Amino acid sequence: MATQKLSTLQEAVQTLIHDGDSVALEGFTHLIPSAAGHEIIRQKKRDLTLIRMTPDLIYDMIIGMGGASRLVFSWGGNPGVGSIHRFRDAIERCWPQPLAIEEHSHADMAARYQAGASGLPFAVMRGYVGSDLPRHNPNIRFIECPFTGERLACTPAINPDVAVIHAQKADRKGNVLISGIVGVQKEVVLAARRSIVTVEEIVDDIQDHAQMNSVVLPGWVLSAVCHVPGGAHPSYAHGYYKRDNAFYKAWDAIARDRDTFLAWMDKHVMGTADFAGFCRSVAAEGLIGTLPEELCR
Amino acid sequence: MSYTPTELMTINAARKLSDGQVCFVGIGLPSAAANLARLTHAPEVVLIYESGTIGARPDVLPLSIGDGELAEFADTVVSVPEIFRYWLQGGRVDVGFLGAAQIDRFANINTTVIGPYASPRTRLPGAGGAPEIASSAREVWITLRQTKRSFVDRLDFITSAGFLDGGDARERSGARGAGPTAVITDLGVLAPDPVTKELVLTAVHPGIDVEQVRAATGWDLKVSSDLVVTSPPTEAELACLRDLHARTLRAHGGEAGGD
Repeated sequence: MATQKLSTLQEAVQTLIHDGDSVALEGFTHLIPSAAGHEIIRQKKRDLTLIRMTPDLIYDMIIGMGGASRLVFSWGGNPGVGSIHRFRDAIERCWPQPLAIEEHSHADMAARYQAGASGLPFAVMRGYVGSDLPRHNPNIRFIECPFTGERLACTPAINPDVAVIHAQKADRKGNVLISGIVGVQKEVVLAARRSIVTVEEIVDDIQDHAQMNSVVLPGWVLSAVCHVPGGAHPSYAHGYYKRDNAFYKAWDAIARDRDTFLAWMDKHVMGTADFAGFCRSVAAEGLIGTLPEELCR
Repeated sequence: MSYTPTELMTINAARKLSDGQVCFVGIGLPSAAANLARLTHAPEVVLIYESGTIGARPDVLPLSIGDGELAEFADTVVSVPEIFRYWLQGGRVDVGFLGAAQIDRFANINTTVIGPYASPRTRLPGAGGAPEIASSAREVWITLRQTKRSFVDRLDFITSAGFLDGGDARERSGARGAGPTAVITDLGVLAPDPVTKELVLTAVHPGIDVEQVRAATGWDLKVSSDLVVTSPPTEAELACLRDLHARTLRAHGGEAGGD
C-alpha cells in the first residue's frame, strides 16, 4: 500500500493537479518546488488559483505562461533582486491574461494555513491594524473577542486542492523529513486535499535520519512522493546545495521582456522532458552555479 | 576618511541597536545595519528573521530573508506560523527594523502599489511581514534613502501603520507598541513630534545641510530646534561594514547582499 506513494513527478502532476484547481506551491525561500512548477507548465495546466506566501520565480513562470487566473499571496518579488516582471505585467497590463489577486500579510497567510490544517473555518490574529489591505480584500474581516472585546482580524482558512512542496528526504514508504527553514511546509500539506512532495533523496528508513521532534510528514498523509534531485533549484535544499543567487539575478533579465521570457521558457522548460533535462539545458548556458555537477551533464 | 551616504545610513542605523535587544529584522538595509551592530558594539543582540531564524549570526549578509546562512548559526529555527504567532504577536520583540518603498510625514509605510490599487502604475511586492511587525514590536525603526519619491506627502496605499493621521490616531487604532520612533536615512535622522507625531528632522549627517534634506522631502519638513550633526563613522565601523560587504560579495559570487 504505502509504497504506492512513490511516483514520477509527471504522473503525480498529471493525476493530482487539474485545470481550475487551487494549488499552493510552498517553500519560504528554502525548499521551493521548482521542478514541480516546471512540470505544471509542461503539462499546460490552466485556470489555476495559485496560492503562495512569496510568489517568486516559479509563479512568475506559471503566470507568464498563462497558467493562472488568480493569485493569493503576501509578498511578490525576486528576493534581494527586485520585481518579478511577469507577475507585474499580468497585474499592470493583463498580459498574457488578467490575473485576479487576493493579498494578505505573511502572519495572516501562515495563520490561514494553520487554520486549514486544523480543520477550522477561519484564522484569527491581531493584524492589519491601520493598514489599507482590508479595504481592498473582502476576505479580511474583523471580529470582537468574546472574552476581552478586543478587535481582531480574521480570514478564511486556506484549504488548497493541492499542496506541493520540496523536502530533503523520503523513505520507501513515503515518509518525508524536512530540516532547516521549514516555513509552512507542514501546514500547507495538512491543509490541502491532495499533496505532492518532491525530495532530494530516497533512503531506506526515515527513522535512521530523523531525530526525535524533527519535522516528519508521515507517508499516509501525502498523495505522492517523487524523487527529484536538485528539484528546489534555484532555491536551496539545506545539506544538499546552496541558494543560486546568480540565477535569481539572471532571472531579472530573462523575465523582463515578454519575448525573451517566452523563448527562454520554450527552450529550457517546454523543450525538455523533465527537470534533469532542464538542468542540462540551463547548465549548458552556464546558468547553474550551485547544483552538483552530475545533475548538469 | 571618506565614506558614502549609504554607509552613513547603515552605520547610524546600527548605532541605535543596544546589546541584548531583540530585533525583528527586514531584509536589505535593516539587515545590514543589524548585523553591523552585532559585529561591533552589540554582540549579544538577538536577530530574528521572519523565515523563522532566532538569534541569527550570519557571517555574510543574506540576499533573501531565508538564506541557509541565517539558519546555520541561529539559536533555533522555528516555523513561519510560530515566528509570527509566538514570537512577534506574543510580544517578545523590542524593535521592528523595516525598510520601505515610501513613507509619509506620519511614518506610515507603503510597499504595495503606486497609483490606484485596482490599476496600479507600479505594483510593489506587497506587505510581507511588515503590517504585524509595525503594530506588534515595542518600537519600530525605518531605514530608507531619502528622496522626493520615497518621502511623499500622501501615500497611495498604507501597507503598514506608523502614526496614521497623527496625534493619538495610532493609539486609538489598537496598534501595540510605540510605533516608528526613528527614521534613519542617507541624509539624517527623523523622529516623531511627541504630540502631533509628525516626523521632525532631528539630525543631519556630516556634510549634509538642512536645505538638502528639505529638497528630498515631499512635504514641508519641520526641523528640530535642537538639530544635531551625527558623529562621523569611526574607522572601526567603516572597516567592519566594508569587510562584511566584501565577504558577502565573495560568498554570493559577485552579488552584493542588501546594502
